[in-house]
Amino acid sequence: MTTILLALIIGAAFGAALDRIGATSPNWIGRMLSLTNLHLMKTIMMAIGTGSVLMFAGQMLGFVDVGHMSVKTAYVGVFIGGLMLGTGWAMAGYCPGTGLGAAAAGRKDAFFFLAGGLLGAAAYMVSYPMWNNSGLLNGQKLTLGTIPGTDYPALSALSGDVVGIVLGFVFVLVAFALPDRLRGEGVPVPAE
Amino acid sequence: MPLNWKSGGLLLGLVFFAAVLLVKPIGVSTQFVIFDAILADMVLPDLITQTEEGYTSTNAYLAKSGGKYAKNAANPLNYSFIFVLAMMLGAGLSAWLRGGLGAEEQRVPAIWRANYGDTPMKRYAVAFLGGFIVLYGARLAGGCTSGHMMSGMMQTAVSGYVFAAGAFAAAIPVSIMMYRQEG
Repeated sequence: MTTILLALIIGAAFGAALDRIGATSPNWIGRMLSLTNLHLMKTIMMAIGTGSVLMFAGQMLGFVDVGHMSVKTAYVGVFIGGLMLGTGWAMAGYCPGTGLGAAAAGRKDAFFFLAGGLLGAAAYMVSYPMWNNSGLLNGQKLTLGTIPGTDYPALSALSGDVVGIVLGFVFVLVAFALPDRLRGEGVPVPAE
Repeated sequence: MPLNWKSGGLLLGLVFFAAVLLVKPIGVSTQFVIFDAILADMVLPDLITQTEEGYTSTNAYLAKSGGKYAKNAANPLNYSFIFVLAMMLGAGLSAWLRGGLGAEEQRVPAIWRANYGDTPMKRYAVAFLGGFIVLYGARLAGGCTSGHMMSGMMQTAVSGYVFAAGAFAAAIPVSIMMYRQEG
């Protein structure tokens, strides 16, 4: 019961946050991906940085349960799938979460996105044995640093908590450093 | 206008943190599979079956990892599925509370109109095709923008960085080619 209550609260907060930052709008996604307005990119970098610093600091201080972490496996298919998702994300202006939020806000195109998404997920379910046999799904749950209290294999022997906090601050710094736009009107022309 | 990036980013970051503090990192795209499986199991009741150890399926994807997807589809009242339904509720309520999007924007988003005019059918076809590619790719990758990019990079997961590299490498050129007008 507590679990369901937490799902309701955290889920609703996530949906409301996505709406308020503009992530459920194909207009803001399109401007971000075509590099004409990086406001949403700055928001997301800020969010990842904030989350990372709080989580790893909490783990170091002992009030965040390391067992709540869930690191996904790194394999070749992650990159191929990323390329596919990126293509559809740019075309539609939605990713799975924001498409659901946009449909709830009454965007008609989002319902078509969801219908296509359910069909795409079903197509993957059917074609999964082919990918599984290809070996492209094999890999390890790698992390950048060695995280105390977990058995995730790491790329380095550096303290995973410190790496997470430092990278968190790097994300925040990049959010501050990113210009408002990289293309289109108003971009200063570099001096000859 | 959306929230300023500093307060908006802080807000979203606090939600990520609350999720991992209280339960686990946020993820969405798996629930498309779960919903598909719930629908398919209604039509084909043999798809998901209960065994002595738990659940399994005639579909290899639902049966993998000890049948955890089969189990969740058989019991939709679980954290991850309710989370996604609540997310829709939260997003819909938030949009309504700030006055709604307006009928024109709901019909076709401004960026589409700026590039392709008032052509809803074309827009819906592109959104449908985009959705297909997005979810196929997300399932191949084992996660989407939420699970891989946000939750993954936040946890210093290598998979999150690999995924983000692939997603942006494709998304930026496609978006630049398709949406020349800013809208």
